[in-house]
Amino acid sequence: MEIPKSFLGYKRENGRAGTRNHVIILPVDDISNACAEAVANNIKGTIALPHSYGRLQFGADLELHFRTMIGTGKNPNVAAVIVIGIEPKWTKRIVDAIAKTGKPVEGFHIERTGDIGTIMKASKKAQEFSQWASEKQREECPLSDLWISVKCGESDTTSGLASNPTVGNLMEKLEPFGVHLCFGETSELTGAEKVCAARGATAEAKEKFMKTWNAYNDFILKEATDDLSESQPTAGNIAGGLTTIEEKAFGNFQKIGNLKFIDVLEPAEEPTKGKGLYFMDTSSAAAECVTLQAAGGFNIHLFPTGQGNIIGNPIEPVVKLTANPLTAKLMKEHVDCDVSKILSREMNLSQAGDELIKTMLKVANGRLTCAEALGHREFVMTKLYRSA
Amino acid sequence: MSQPDLIIHDEKDNVGVVVIETTKKGQECNAWIMENDKTVNVSSINEVPLGHKIALQDLKEGDTILKYGHDIGKVVKSIKKGEHVHVHNVKTKKW
Repeated sequence: MEIPKSFLGYKRENGRAGTRNHVIILPVDDISNACAEAVANNIKGTIALPHSYGRLQFGADLELHFRTMIGTGKNPNVAAVIVIGIEPKWTKRIVDAIAKTGKPVEGFHIERTGDIGTIMKASKKAQEFSQWASEKQREECPLSDLWISVKCGESDTTSGLASNPTVGNLMEKLEPFGVHLCFGETSELTGAEKVCAARGATAEAKEKFMKTWNAYNDFILKEATDDLSESQPTAGNIAGGLTTIEEKAFGNFQKIGNLKFIDVLEPAEEPTKGKGLYFMDTSSAAAECVTLQAAGGFNIHLFPTGQGNIIGNPIEPVVKLTANPLTAKLMKEHVDCDVSKILSREMNLSQAGDELIKTMLKVANGRLTCAEALGHREFVMTKLYRSA
Repeated sequence: MSQPDLIIHDEKDNVGVVVIETTKKGQECNAWIMENDKTVNVSSINEVPLGHKIALQDLKEGDTILKYGHDIGKVVKSIKKGEHVHVHNVKTKKW
C-alpha cells in the first residue's frame, strides 16, 4: 500500500497540529470540578475534565500533577483552555505555562468569589473561546505532525500473536515519515525488561530504562503483601489465556516492532529529542497511561485489546483494534479495526498494518472513534504518594 | 494456507496458542509456526478455549516454558504433551 503523505489537522500557534479541536475547561483540583462542569454545561462546544486530585500534594507528586495539567492544556488537540482552581497561585502557574504555546487560555479562581460568580465569569470567556475555535478549519499537515502513542489493555494471547504486532508493523512503516511514537507500561514489561533495555538506541537510553524499571520493581517488592497475582496478570488476562507476567510482557513488547527507543521520558514529560520512538514511565492502568501520554503531547492513540478494554480519553482519540474474533463479534461497538483474520491466516501482518494505518488516518482526519462516539472521556491523574 | 488450530510463535517454543473457538478432547490439531512457516501436529488432551496454550512436549516440574522463544515461567505440576497449560500448572519466576 502507498502510505498517504499527509492528513487533515488543525494547525496551532506553536507549529504543532491537532487531530481534534477541543475547548477544555480544566479544573486545577478536585473541589473545582463542580464549577468546571457547570461551565461546560452552559457553553456548547466545550468539555470539562474533572479529576480527583490537586490539593495538598508536594514534591515529585505535585510536579507530576502540574506537568499533567499543563501538558493537557498544551496538547495540540486543544484549541483553547479555561483553567479553574480554588486558589489563584496554582491556577496562574498552569495558565502561564499553557500560554507559552500561544493558544488562548484564561484562569479563574473560586476563593472570595464562590462557584456562581466564577461560573458566570468563566462561562463568558468560554463562549468567546468556543465560537473562536469553531471557525478553525482542517488543513493539510505532513504525517510528521502525528505524535502516536500506544498502550494495550485487557490483553490476551491474541494481543501478543496479532494485534500488538499489527501496531509494531504500523510503527515500522511510519517511523521513516518522521512521526513521534511513544510506548509505556513500566510494570507490564516485567519479565521482558532486559530484552526491552537492549532496544535502547544509546547506552544512555538503555541505562535510563533499567533505572526506571528497577525503581518500579523495588517499589513492588517493598509494598506487595504476597505477589501481584490478582493484578498481574488480571482476571481478564487469565481468562484470555495469559498465564504469567513474563508472557504478558513479551506480548506487550510486540507493539514496538523492530524499533529502538531514543529516550526515556518521565510520566507526562514532553519529548525533546525529535522524531522517533520514546519510552514513557507510566502505570499500566489504561486511563492513567493514556492521560500521561496525552499530557506528553501525543495527538492520536492506538490501543490493541484482547478481551475488550473500552477506554477513551477526552482530548486524545483512542483507536481500538483487536485480533480476538469473539471480542470483534461480541463488543463490535468498541472496535475500530478488526484484525482477527490474522489468526485464521486470511490476512497477514503487513495487510493488518495497512488496515490500521487507514483507520488511524480516518480518525486523524476527523472520524470519531468508537470510544468518542460512546462518550468515553477517562481523564485519570497518576498519583505517586499520599498527600500532605 | 489452511486455517491453523494452534499458532506457535517461535521454533524453540514448547507451547502453542489455540486460535479456534475451542479444541475438542482428542482433536488432532494443526499448529503453524510463525517464525519459519512450518506446520506440526499435536493431539489436544483437553477441551482448550481460544487463546489458551497447549504443551507441545512432555514437561516436568521445574522445566521452563518457552514462548516467543523466551522464558515465560516455570512448570509447577508435570504436564503431558497435548495438555492445557495455564495457571494450574505454570507460575511466574518473578514474584
